[in-house]
This record gives sequence, structure tokens and C-alpha cells, in this order.
Amino acid sequence: MTTETITSSEYIKHHLQNLTCNLNAGHVHCAHTAQEAKEMGFWALNVDTFVMSFILGALFLMLFHGVARRASSGIPAGIQNFVEWVVDFIDGSVKGSFSSTNALIAPLALTIFVWIFLMNFMDLFPIDFLPKIAQSLGFGHFKVVPSTDPNATFGMSFVVFFLVIYYSLKSKGLGGFAAELSMMPFQSKNPIIQILFVPINLILEGVNLIAKPVSLALRLFGNMYAGEMIFILIAIMGSTWAGFTIANIALFGSQIFLSLGWAIFHILIITLQAFIFMTLTIVYLDMAHQEHH
Amino acid sequence: MNINATLIAQAIMFALFFWFCKSFVWTPIINALAARQKQIADGLAAAADGRNSLEVAAKQSAESLNQAKQKASEIIAQAEKRAGQIVEEAKGNAKIEGERILVGAKAEIEQEVNRAKESLRSQVSALAVAGAEKILRKEIDSKAHSEMLAKLVAEL
Repeated sequence: MTTETITSSEYIKHHLQNLTCNLNAGHVHCAHTAQEAKEMGFWALNVDTFVMSFILGALFLMLFHGVARRASSGIPAGIQNFVEWVVDFIDGSVKGSFSSTNALIAPLALTIFVWIFLMNFMDLFPIDFLPKIAQSLGFGHFKVVPSTDPNATFGMSFVVFFLVIYYSLKSKGLGGFAAELSMMPFQSKNPIIQILFVPINLILEGVNLIAKPVSLALRLFGNMYAGEMIFILIAIMGSTWAGFTIANIALFGSQIFLSLGWAIFHILIITLQAFIFMTLTIVYLDMAHQEHH
Repeated sequence: MNINATLIAQAIMFALFFWFCKSFVWTPIINALAARQKQIADGLAAAADGRNSLEVAAKQSAESLNQAKQKASEIIAQAEKRAGQIVEEAKGNAKIEGERILVGAKAEIEQEVNRAKESLRSQVSALAVAGAEKILRKEIDSKAHSEMLAKLVAEL
């Protein structure tokens, strides 16, 4: 809330705007309105998304690296137990759904799971808590949940997509990959009919291929965005407080009750979304490694 | 909610985090886990070995205990047999010795009887002579007899 007389609509809009900044003639400029952010075009940076995801990723890597540095085959204790439990869980998931051997898949899955979990976890902080701190430091807008920014989710899914293409080409070869895209699902013994099938197959398989990164990114973004939206709506309920009337007390009570309930439910969602992103990444890469369908 | 350069920044950041995670987090931890798994497996194998050798040792000790018991019973049986033999021998010896003593005693008794008979016989004759003397002294006149005696003496 930037002023005392803010409307609900302004409150929602304010919460949904990133801290978008660009370099304008050697001078950092940050957008004040959604319109301004849009006008900045592609060469602008959502500083809040970038900073939050960097802090969370660094936190994850520092914690895990601290354990990894002291990791020994002796009796584990304290945080090492937790880290080993997570590592073991990821290792089990990868072994369960990845049939080829690739030493990169498990650390990729670990990075995805923990990083996304931490980014989603920011949703559980009181909705105005961190933005108010940012505001007091002079930043008008601050979205604390990086996974509600499609840039973050698409950034990750594009890396996964790149790996899918890379490993498809590596294990099937260019011809094999092209055949996979054009010779299926419609097949015919007759070569002429098969040639006629190629464009249809290309369209179907092309959509199938493109759908992978898009669905990965949009699923995570959509879930987190919707969850954030509901937190915002719940937060509005008590904001119309104007003295001790029954309606106000009921609204205030509902806000407390609903935000508690939604937050508890959200613990499940944030973990589940991180897990889904990780599992689908493993599955997509497993498909990329397989010689044939 | 615009797509902008944050997309590229996030992708690069993700790639860097992934690289760091692979190099400095995943590899050391998974190696430590594998090493521990191996240690535990080795420990369990050693424990199984220990259990096996314990079983073997128990079997061996039971066997040697049985052997010892068997030997002991053999020894006892032998000893009993030997004892029986000794008793039998002793009985035999005693019987022979007893018989020998009995024979000796019988011979001595016979001798004694004979000796007693002899002395009895001589005593009886002496008694008879004495009796006859007493009878004769009453009935014989010393005068008449003195002549005879003198004759006897003269004849001697």
C-alpha cells in the first residue's frame, strides 16, 4: 500500500507488478507503473525476481555445499542428515524414472527441486512483509515470489528444453531425432503415404516438443500466480476495517482463518509444484535419451 | 509480468547454479553416501562372517565335548572292568590261600591227635603197670618174692 487511500484494485495491481528496471543513458531507471514497465521492452530486468532467486539459490547452494565440503562416510549428524535425506530422495526419484545413465540428471533434479521449492516458499511469508521492507528501502514494487514471474519459470524451462534437444541429438543423432519428429505417430508401409504423413507428424510431434518447456513453465507460473492472487484477495478482506462492527470483525476473523488455511494448503502446493517440475524434467530427459519410442 | 531480459538472466543463473550444484554439492555428497553404503555393507558382511565362525566354533566345541564325554565313559568302563578283574583275582587268591591254610591246619590237627594218642597210649600202659603193681603188692609176699627178685637179680 503506497498511500492511505488505496483501493483494492490498486492494491492488487501493486502486488502484481515487478520491480522492472533498465539502463537509460547510463542511468538505472525503474518503472513506477505497469504501463511504464511494458514500454521498457525486452531489455529490462525484473530486479526483484533476479535478486530473490539469486539469494534463494545461493542460500541453497551454500547450505548444501557446506555439508558437501565436510561430507564423510562417518556417522552423519545435524544438517548433514537433512541434506543427505534430500539428496537420497532426489537420487531415488531419478533412479526411478531415468533409465539411461547420465551423471548430470540427478544434480539437475536437485537444483530444480530445491531452488523451485525455495522460490515457491516465499509465498508463505506474510504478503506485505517483504514488500514493505523493500518500500522502506526506496523500491516502489517488490514481488517476493520469483516463480510468479514467467521470466523465471520460462528461464528454467528453456534450459531444460535446451538439454532435451541436446541429448536427443546426442543419443539419436540428427537423423534419428528428425525421424522421431516426422515418422511418428502415423506410419505406413507404403513410402508415398509415409511421405504424405510427414507434415502431419511434424506438426503433431513439433507441438508435442514445444509443449514440454511451455507446459513446464506455465504450470509452475500458473499455480504460483494463482496462489499469490488468493493470498492477495484474502489480505484485502480485513483492509476495509472501520471500527468495531460485526461485519468488520467477521471479515477480519475470516482473513486470519482463510490465510492460515490457504497457507497450510499452499505448503502442499509449493512442494508438489517443485516436485512436478523436477519429475517432468527427468521424464523429458529420459525420453530424449531413449533410442526409440 | 512482461517477458524481458530477466528470462535470459534467469536461464544463465539456473545454468550456473546447476553447474555449481553438480561440481561442489552433488558429487561429494553422493560419493560420501556411496562410501558409507560400502562401509555398512562391509560391516554387515564382517558381522555375517563372525556369526558363521561363531557357529563353526560352537559346532566344534560341541563335537569335542562329545568326544571328551565318550572318552571319559570309555575310561570309566575300562576302570570298572579292571576293578572287576582285580576283585576276581583277589577272590581267587584268597580261596587258594584259604585252602592252603585249611590243609595245613588239618595236617597239624592230625599230628596233634596222633601225638595225643601216643601219649595216651603210653600213659595207659604206665597206669596199667601201676595198677598191676598195686594189685600185685597186696597179693605177693615180699619174702617169697624177694627170693624171686634175688633170682632175677642173680640172673641179671
